[in-house]
Amino acid sequence: MLLRHTSEEIATRSALTINPAKTCQPIGAMYAALGIHSCLPHSHGSQGCYSYHRSTLTRHYKEPVMAATSSFTEGSSVFGGQANLVQAITNIFTIYNPDVIAVHTTCLSETIGDDIPQIVSKARDSGAVPEGKYVIHTNTPSYVGSHVTGFANMTKAMVDYFSGKNGKKDKTVNIIPGYVEPSDMQEIKRLTSMMGIKTILFPDTSNVLNGPQTGRYKMFPKGGVTVDALKMTGSSMGTIALGLLTSGPAARALDSKCKVPCEILNMPIGLTGTDIFIDTLRQVAGVTVPDAINVERGQMIDIITDMHQYFYGKKVALAGDPDQLVSLVEFLVSLDMQPVHIVTGTPGKQFEKKIKELTEHLPCNVNVFAGSDMFMLHQLIKNEPVDLIIGNTYCKYIARDEDIPLLRFGFPILDRVGHSYFPTVGYRGGIRLLEKMLDLLLDRKDRDSSEIEFELVM
Amino acid sequence: MTAIHILKDRENQIHETGKAPFNMACDKHSLSGSVSQRACVFCGSRVVLYPIADAVHLVHGPIGCAAYTWDIRGALSSGPELHRLSFSTDLREKDVIFGGEEKLYRTLTALIDTYSPKAAFVYSTCIVGIIGDDVEAVLRRVQKEKNIPVLAVHSEGFKGTKKDGYRAACEALFKLIGKGDASAVGKYAINILGEFNIGGEAWIIKNYYRKMGIDVVSVMTGDGRVEEVMKSHGAKLNVVQCSGSMTHLAKMMEEKYGIPYIRVSYFGIEDMSKALYDVAEFFSDNSHILEKTKTMVKEEVEAVYPELLSIRKALSGKKGAIYVGGAFKAFSLIKALKMIGMDVVLVGSQTGSEEDYAILKDMCDDGTVIVDDANPLELSKYIIEKKADLFIGGVKERPIAYKMGIGFCDHNHERKTPLAGYEGMLNFAREVYYTVTSPVWQFAPRNVVN
Repeated sequence: MLLRHTSEEIATRSALTINPAKTCQPIGAMYAALGIHSCLPHSHGSQGCYSYHRSTLTRHYKEPVMAATSSFTEGSSVFGGQANLVQAITNIFTIYNPDVIAVHTTCLSETIGDDIPQIVSKARDSGAVPEGKYVIHTNTPSYVGSHVTGFANMTKAMVDYFSGKNGKKDKTVNIIPGYVEPSDMQEIKRLTSMMGIKTILFPDTSNVLNGPQTGRYKMFPKGGVTVDALKMTGSSMGTIALGLLTSGPAARALDSKCKVPCEILNMPIGLTGTDIFIDTLRQVAGVTVPDAINVERGQMIDIITDMHQYFYGKKVALAGDPDQLVSLVEFLVSLDMQPVHIVTGTPGKQFEKKIKELTEHLPCNVNVFAGSDMFMLHQLIKNEPVDLIIGNTYCKYIARDEDIPLLRFGFPILDRVGHSYFPTVGYRGGIRLLEKMLDLLLDRKDRDSSEIEFELVM
Repeated sequence: MTAIHILKDRENQIHETGKAPFNMACDKHSLSGSVSQRACVFCGSRVVLYPIADAVHLVHGPIGCAAYTWDIRGALSSGPELHRLSFSTDLREKDVIFGGEEKLYRTLTALIDTYSPKAAFVYSTCIVGIIGDDVEAVLRRVQKEKNIPVLAVHSEGFKGTKKDGYRAACEALFKLIGKGDASAVGKYAINILGEFNIGGEAWIIKNYYRKMGIDVVSVMTGDGRVEEVMKSHGAKLNVVQCSGSMTHLAKMMEEKYGIPYIRVSYFGIEDMSKALYDVAEFFSDNSHILEKTKTMVKEEVEAVYPELLSIRKALSGKKGAIYVGGAFKAFSLIKALKMIGMDVVLVGSQTGSEEDYAILKDMCDDGTVIVDDANPLELSKYIIEKKADLFIGGVKERPIAYKMGIGFCDHNHERKTPLAGYEGMLNFAREVYYTVTSPVWQFAPRNVVN
């Protein structure tokens, strides 16, 4: 038992974090930046940071992940990283030639206090930024927030740097998908195109981190939102932001910068979340929902009703990121399941309050902790066992020790594939989640049933 | 894709054998803005010390450094598994402003109370070096209160390269050595340095030495235990593998305890046998050891040779590219690939020294590209130009190889079977055979230009 040291007794820990349920801002910023077409994320810090981010993203997506680094030395940490960043910008445009360099900071450069816009303007003055090329930035101190915050910050930087107005309102809707998989971004685009809505989705990592095998290595794959599209976001008729934490800041920035009204929704995970998303799309774009989407919705409900006897009363423990957890919990509650333990590493009281609201009518006690860790999740499970765990790959230690099925969801997933190709958003995504949950619950039932109770038909 | 530029400043870090005499401009800090495949000081320290399974490894800094290094390397343990958990002080903004010493104290004491480890390693990350926490003072206090060795690892990411991280790890280990009672250590006893028990490799090697009549006092650090490290000064010889990471420790032990060291590699038939014979020779006062070694090597080689030969036939003339962390590993890989009939067309390392590259040059046939601290564009350029069928590298290189439609073998963190020793050589040969000749490549375009 790998986690044999975990005790049932939950003691208050004032400092120690054991087995984190989050990571630091820069990786989120790097992931978001990969959702811009022909963009090279740049980590302004030590070489290790970006190496770790690239490795983690590579393990999660099984794809090459490109980024550059300022390669701080002792000298740069004393005198500041200006020379490094100027040299980096020069080198990157000379050799890799992306359209955009998206700089994010690290704990090191933040603490030293490097002023990125000032350094970039110096680089521009020295002619390091070719005509038609861009350097954008965001501040991502690793000691504030989590990877989720970093994603939100880089997404907002896209608005800060690119969004503008062309004087007229386009019949376009901006969609900010939040920190979801490339498959989810693709699914959102599929749904909006079925509804006949012109959209600008940003960031968009589909076809960047889930591209096909082509026989060649391309530093900048086909996908990603283009700079031209980002520039047009200020002229769109509205913005739909999915996820309060990950997409809210960019949507509000776009509203105040270009007066594009925004709707900030929960992520479209599960039936209610998707219903609200589709309905908001309908209203904002002034279109009707096509039958094909209604059929998908009906199919999802069909599975729910057909199989609801296997869902109700099942206790679930979840670890993940706040935006996803809010929608997932809402979904589980709608299936009459009982999400009893909910943990995120990302700090935020708002999250705890939201989960409490969603679960207040449940006939069970619900534990929710923000700014917590996997050790806490494990202790909670030890105190009250569950039928299912939903969370990233790191939950597999708990799942194994406690012999509980695990539905892999979130970031990172280091030991399975599928998440980059099959969405969990929308009705189709809901069907996938339902199938995954049923597989786990029914496999468990098959395994645990006595010979007499073992059933062919379920 | 054909016209991939090489940064001018990097021209001295890429050479082709047989063209012109060269001196590799290595040991350089990576160029800012290059997509280097290297990591940092902390990474170096972390990989070296991490396999010590009955110690806690506390990462002092913001959460990322602990999160990204949580159980990513399969360094197996036969007992305790504390090393597979992730502990962090998770520094927040207010700690950065007011200092992290107090939080470090609370974290470390709570950690020791919860897990009762045999020792604690505390890694300083970038930010600790900037905010100036007096880590040593905190650790002294905790060591006194908790009565276990508490060791600072000075691994601030920006203070050099991965190599400096190895060095910091060695310094921390060195403080442990000598703390234990070595009186029971026998006459024919060695330490194995720089072997991390990935996929259980240390067990294979230990078993060979045991069969020769040699005791292994301590493996540093594969399947490592604090107590074994503490009495490792009783060994008569240090056998250093992965020389990049542990030679520094071997030198310190030689100076302080008079223990000589030899450099070995456990990879490939030739090097493996040499590693065993060198030890037998060191203990030449006991002729039984050499006898046993001869018998064992003969048996082991005979067990794997027929299959290796048939694989060699199948792979004859195929081309391999190598890009690994340390150059010493590259030496062995070149020999191993040659043994199974393959030509090496590209070889590079993240941290090789000038002498390493000189050796590489001598080992390789004309036309082999030799590169220091390469980036993905350079690697892909030479894979295409040299028509490689196989890439040997680490986690970040794997998807590049697959995208280009060629086979891949992980010789780093993510190897799943042992590649060391005789059986390891067979595993390696099989892995290379299966990936290079896999039917999946018939569906996948290869090395498409543009």
